[in-house]
Amino acid sequence: MVEPSVISNPDTNPNASRKKRRKIGSDYPNGAAAEPCGNRWRTETEQQIYSSKLVDALRHLRRPDSADAAVRTVRDAADRVLAVSAKGRTRWSRAILARRLSLRLSQIRKKHKRAARPDAGLKKPAVQKKLPPLQRKVRALSRLVPGCQKLSLPNLLEETTDYIAALEMQVKAMAYITGILNGVPAAAAAGGGSLAD
Amino acid sequence: MSSRRSRSRQSGASRISDDQIADLVSRLQQLIPEIRNRRSDKVSASKVLQETCNYIRSLHREVDDLSDRLSELLESTDSDSAQAAIIRSLLM
Repeated sequence: MVEPSVISNPDTNPNASRKKRRKIGSDYPNGAAAEPCGNRWRTETEQQIYSSKLVDALRHLRRPDSADAAVRTVRDAADRVLAVSAKGRTRWSRAILARRLSLRLSQIRKKHKRAARPDAGLKKPAVQKKLPPLQRKVRALSRLVPGCQKLSLPNLLEETTDYIAALEMQVKAMAYITGILNGVPAAAAAGGGSLAD
Repeated sequence: MSSRRSRSRQSGASRISDDQIADLVSRLQQLIPEIRNRRSDKVSASKVLQETCNYIRSLHREVDDLSDRLSELLESTDSDSAQAAIIRSLLM
Protein backbone atom coordinates (compact mmCIF):
# COMPACT_ATOMS: atom_id res chain seq x y z
CA MET A 1 0.00 0.00 0.00
CA VAL A 2 1.53 3.27 -1.02
CA GLU A 3 1.75 5.83 1.69
CA PRO A 4 0.36 9.17 0.55
CA SER A 5 3.06 11.79 0.72
CA VAL A 6 1.83 14.49 3.01
CA ILE A 7 4.69 16.82 2.36
CA SER A 8 4.21 18.13 -1.13
CA ASN A 9 7.19 20.47 -1.34
CA PRO A 10 10.20 18.40 -2.32
CA ASP A 11 12.60 21.15 -1.34
CA THR A 12 11.85 21.03 2.35
CA ASN A 13 12.14 17.29 2.70
CA PRO A 14 13.40 15.37 -0.29
CA ASN A 15 13.47 12.17 1.74
CA ALA A 16 9.77 12.18 2.53
CA SER A 17 8.64 10.08 -0.39
CA ARG A 18 11.65 7.78 -0.41
CA LYS A 19 11.62 4.51 1.46
CA LYS A 20 15.26 3.69 0.90
CA ARG A 21 17.63 6.20 2.33
CA ARG A 22 20.88 4.36 2.07
CA LYS A 23 21.56 4.50 -1.64
CA ILE A 24 23.56 7.39 -2.97
CA GLY A 25 21.88 9.50 -5.59
CA SER A 26 18.42 8.11 -5.07
CA ASP A 27 17.79 10.49 -2.20
CA TYR A 28 17.91 13.53 -4.39
CA PRO A 29 15.71 13.15 -7.45
CA ASN A 30 16.29 16.74 -8.48
CA GLY A 31 19.68 15.84 -9.86
CA ALA A 32 22.98 17.54 -9.40
CA ALA A 33 21.55 20.75 -8.06
CA ALA A 34 20.29 19.21 -4.87
CA GLU A 35 23.12 16.74 -4.33
CA PRO A 36 25.23 17.42 -1.29
CA CYS A 37 28.41 17.71 -3.32
CA GLY A 38 29.49 20.92 -1.67
CA ASN A 39 29.60 23.17 -4.71
CA ARG A 40 26.82 25.45 -3.52
CA TRP A 41 28.92 26.54 -0.57
CA ARG A 42 31.63 27.86 -2.82
CA THR A 43 29.64 30.60 -4.51
CA GLU A 44 30.10 34.23 -3.53
CA THR A 45 26.35 34.59 -3.15
CA GLU A 46 26.10 31.83 -0.59
CA GLN A 47 28.86 33.39 1.47
CA GLN A 48 27.21 36.79 1.38
CA ILE A 49 23.87 35.36 2.40
CA TYR A 50 25.52 33.52 5.26
CA SER A 51 27.43 36.62 6.36
CA SER A 52 24.36 38.78 6.51
CA LYS A 53 22.36 36.13 8.35
CA LEU A 54 25.17 35.67 10.83
CA VAL A 55 25.46 39.40 11.50
CA ASP A 56 21.74 39.46 12.07
CA ALA A 57 22.03 36.60 14.53
CA LEU A 58 24.92 38.27 16.33
CA ARG A 59 22.81 41.39 16.65
CA HIS A 60 20.26 39.46 18.66
CA LEU A 61 22.51 37.46 20.94
CA ARG A 62 21.66 37.45 24.59
CA ARG A 63 24.08 39.01 27.01
CA PRO A 64 26.50 36.27 28.06
CA ASP A 65 27.33 35.51 31.68
CA SER A 66 31.03 34.99 31.16
CA ALA A 67 33.69 35.24 28.51
CA ASP A 68 33.45 31.51 27.83
CA ALA A 69 29.71 31.73 27.44
CA ALA A 70 30.21 34.60 25.00
CA VAL A 71 32.45 32.50 22.77
CA ARG A 72 30.01 29.62 22.96
CA THR A 73 27.03 31.73 21.97
CA VAL A 74 28.91 33.13 18.98
CA ARG A 75 30.03 29.65 17.93
CA ASP A 76 26.52 28.26 18.36
CA ALA A 77 25.03 31.09 16.35
CA ALA A 78 27.55 30.56 13.56
CA ASP A 79 26.83 26.82 13.47
CA ARG A 80 23.09 27.30 13.65
CA VAL A 81 22.99 29.77 10.78
CA LEU A 82 25.23 27.46 8.76
CA ALA A 83 22.98 24.48 9.43
CA VAL A 84 19.86 26.45 8.51
CA SER A 85 21.48 27.50 5.24
CA ALA A 86 21.75 23.85 4.28
CA LYS A 87 17.96 23.77 4.08
CA GLY A 88 17.69 20.35 5.66
CA ARG A 89 19.33 18.60 2.75
CA THR A 90 22.20 17.11 4.66
CA ARG A 91 22.39 14.95 7.71
CA TRP A 92 25.07 17.00 9.44
CA SER A 93 22.99 20.17 9.23
CA ARG A 94 19.91 18.45 10.62
CA ALA A 95 22.04 16.99 13.41
CA ILE A 96 23.38 20.42 14.38
CA LEU A 97 19.88 21.84 14.65
CA ALA A 98 18.60 18.80 16.55
CA ARG A 99 21.42 18.75 19.05
CA ARG A 100 20.69 22.28 20.19
CA LEU A 101 17.33 21.08 21.42
CA SER A 102 18.64 17.99 23.17
CA LEU A 103 21.60 19.88 24.62
CA ARG A 104 19.40 21.82 27.00
CA LEU A 105 17.68 18.70 28.25
CA SER A 106 20.91 16.81 28.77
CA GLN A 107 22.44 19.77 30.61
CA ILE A 108 19.52 19.81 33.04
CA ARG A 109 19.67 16.06 33.45
CA LYS A 110 23.41 16.16 34.06
CA LYS A 111 23.02 18.76 36.76
CA HIS A 112 20.55 16.58 38.65
CA LYS A 113 22.66 13.47 38.21
CA ARG A 114 25.86 15.11 39.34
CA ALA A 115 24.16 16.45 42.42
CA ALA A 116 23.07 12.94 43.33
CA ARG A 117 26.34 11.16 42.44
CA PRO A 118 29.65 13.01 42.18
CA ASP A 119 31.17 10.52 39.78
CA ALA A 120 28.19 10.31 37.47
CA GLY A 121 29.87 12.00 34.56
CA LEU A 122 33.07 10.04 34.74
CA LYS A 123 32.05 6.63 33.51
CA LYS A 124 33.92 5.60 30.37
CA PRO A 125 33.76 2.24 28.64
CA ALA A 126 36.65 0.07 29.69
CA VAL A 127 36.45 -2.16 26.65
CA GLN A 128 39.41 -1.72 24.31
CA LYS A 129 38.39 -2.67 20.81
CA LYS A 130 41.21 -3.27 18.40
CA LEU A 131 39.79 -2.30 15.05
CA PRO A 132 41.75 -2.40 11.83
CA PRO A 133 43.41 1.00 11.25
CA LEU A 134 41.20 1.99 8.31
CA GLN A 135 38.07 1.26 10.30
CA ARG A 136 39.41 3.31 13.17
CA LYS A 137 39.95 6.29 10.88
CA VAL A 138 36.45 5.94 9.48
CA ARG A 139 35.08 5.98 13.00
CA ALA A 140 37.17 9.05 13.88
CA LEU A 141 35.81 10.81 10.82
CA SER A 142 32.25 9.85 11.64
CA ARG A 143 32.68 11.43 15.05
CA LEU A 144 33.85 14.71 13.54
CA VAL A 145 30.92 15.16 11.19
CA PRO A 146 27.77 15.82 13.23
CA GLY A 147 25.12 13.14 13.19
CA CYS A 148 27.04 10.76 11.01
CA GLN A 149 28.22 8.14 13.45
CA LYS A 150 26.09 5.34 12.12
CA LEU A 151 26.23 6.04 8.42
CA SER A 152 27.56 3.68 5.80
CA LEU A 153 30.89 4.63 4.34
CA PRO A 154 29.68 6.08 1.03
CA ASN A 155 27.05 8.25 2.73
CA LEU A 156 29.58 9.33 5.29
CA LEU A 157 31.97 10.41 2.55
CA GLU A 158 29.23 12.35 0.80
CA GLU A 159 28.25 14.15 3.99
CA THR A 160 31.92 14.86 4.62
CA THR A 161 32.48 16.53 1.26
CA ASP A 162 29.51 18.81 1.84
CA TYR A 163 30.46 19.47 5.45
CA ILE A 164 34.01 20.45 4.56
CA ALA A 165 32.84 22.87 1.88
CA ALA A 166 30.37 24.41 4.34
CA LEU A 167 33.04 24.76 7.02
CA GLU A 168 35.37 26.47 4.58
CA MET A 169 32.67 28.97 3.72
CA GLN A 170 31.93 29.50 7.40
CA VAL A 171 35.58 30.30 8.06
CA LYS A 172 35.76 32.71 5.13
CA ALA A 173 32.58 34.52 6.12
CA MET A 174 33.52 34.82 9.79
CA ALA A 175 36.99 36.06 8.89
CA TYR A 176 35.39 38.63 6.63
CA ILE A 177 33.06 39.86 9.36
CA THR A 178 35.88 39.94 11.91
CA GLY A 179 38.03 41.86 9.48
CA ILE A 180 35.35 44.44 8.98
CA LEU A 181 34.73 44.88 12.69
CA ASN A 182 38.44 45.07 13.35
CA GLY A 183 39.24 47.50 10.62
CA VAL A 184 36.17 49.55 11.36
CA PRO A 185 37.86 52.88 11.96
CA ALA A 186 39.72 52.55 8.66
CA ALA A 187 36.60 51.48 6.79
CA ALA A 188 34.55 54.29 8.27
CA ALA A 189 37.22 56.83 7.37
CA ALA A 190 37.28 55.58 3.80
CA GLY A 191 33.52 55.68 3.62
CA GLY A 192 33.27 51.91 3.19
CA GLY A 193 30.03 49.98 2.99
CA SER A 194 27.99 49.45 6.09
CA LEU A 195 26.66 46.11 7.27
CA ALA A 196 23.56 47.72 8.65
CA ASP A 197 22.19 48.31 5.18
CA MET B 1 40.77 -6.90 -1.03
CA SER B 2 38.59 -9.40 0.68
CA SER B 3 38.96 -7.59 3.97
CA ARG B 4 37.67 -4.39 2.43
CA ARG B 5 34.66 -6.17 1.05
CA SER B 6 33.80 -7.73 4.37
CA ARG B 7 34.15 -4.35 5.98
CA SER B 8 31.64 -2.78 3.68
CA ARG B 9 29.27 -5.61 4.42
CA GLN B 10 29.69 -4.97 8.11
CA SER B 11 28.83 -1.30 7.76
CA GLY B 12 25.35 -2.30 6.72
CA ALA B 13 25.39 -1.07 3.13
CA SER B 14 24.76 -3.76 0.59
CA ARG B 15 26.17 -3.74 -2.91
CA ILE B 16 28.68 -0.94 -2.35
CA SER B 17 31.40 -1.60 -4.84
CA ASP B 18 35.01 -0.82 -4.28
CA ASP B 19 34.81 1.42 -7.32
CA GLN B 20 32.18 3.59 -5.69
CA ILE B 21 34.26 3.91 -2.57
CA ALA B 22 37.36 4.68 -4.61
CA ASP B 23 35.40 7.33 -6.48
CA LEU B 24 34.20 9.00 -3.31
CA VAL B 25 37.64 8.83 -1.75
CA SER B 26 39.15 10.46 -4.81
CA ARG B 27 36.51 13.19 -4.63
CA LEU B 28 37.40 13.74 -1.00
CA GLN B 29 41.00 13.86 -2.02
CA GLN B 30 40.32 16.89 -4.19
CA LEU B 31 38.99 18.82 -1.24
CA ILE B 32 41.90 18.36 1.11
CA PRO B 33 44.50 21.03 0.39
CA GLU B 34 47.26 18.88 1.87
CA ILE B 35 46.75 16.16 -0.66
CA ARG B 36 45.68 18.33 -3.58
CA ASN B 37 48.91 20.29 -3.49
CA ARG B 38 51.09 17.28 -3.32
CA ARG B 39 50.15 16.25 -6.83
CA SER B 40 50.56 12.51 -6.39
CA ASP B 41 48.05 10.23 -8.02
CA LYS B 42 48.30 7.27 -5.70
CA VAL B 43 47.26 8.28 -2.24
CA SER B 44 46.04 5.52 0.00
CA ALA B 45 42.52 5.63 1.36
CA SER B 46 43.97 5.55 4.83
CA LYS B 47 46.01 8.67 4.15
CA VAL B 48 43.00 10.45 2.68
CA LEU B 49 40.89 9.64 5.74
CA GLN B 50 43.62 10.73 8.10
CA GLU B 51 44.13 14.02 6.31
CA THR B 52 40.37 14.56 6.16
CA CYS B 53 40.10 14.20 9.91
CA ASN B 54 43.02 16.53 10.43
CA TYR B 55 41.56 19.06 8.06
CA ILE B 56 38.13 19.05 9.70
CA ARG B 57 39.75 19.45 13.10
CA SER B 58 41.79 22.40 11.88
CA LEU B 59 38.67 24.00 10.39
CA HIS B 60 36.88 23.55 13.72
CA ARG B 61 39.81 25.21 15.45
CA GLU B 62 39.66 28.11 13.04
CA VAL B 63 35.96 28.57 13.66
CA ASP B 64 36.58 28.48 17.41
CA ASP B 65 39.33 31.04 17.07
CA LEU B 66 37.16 33.32 14.96
CA SER B 67 34.28 32.94 17.41
CA ASP B 68 36.65 33.97 20.15
CA ARG B 69 37.69 37.10 18.30
CA LEU B 70 34.14 37.96 17.34
CA SER B 71 32.94 37.60 20.91
CA GLU B 72 35.76 39.87 22.07
CA LEU B 73 34.73 42.47 19.54
CA LEU B 74 31.12 42.21 20.64
CA GLU B 75 32.13 42.47 24.29
CA SER B 76 34.12 45.59 23.57
CA THR B 77 30.98 47.43 22.55
CA ASP B 78 30.48 48.26 26.21
CA SER B 79 33.55 50.47 26.27
CA ASP B 80 33.66 54.07 25.23
CA SER B 81 36.20 53.79 22.45
CA ALA B 82 35.44 55.08 19.00
CA GLN B 83 35.68 51.62 17.53
CA ALA B 84 33.16 50.29 20.02
CA ALA B 85 30.74 53.05 19.11
CA ILE B 86 31.03 52.25 15.44
CA ILE B 87 30.54 48.53 16.03
CA ARG B 88 27.52 49.35 18.07
CA SER B 89 26.03 51.42 15.29
CA LEU B 90 26.73 48.68 12.76
CA LEU B 91 25.41 45.78 14.74
CA MET B 92 22.78 47.10 17.08
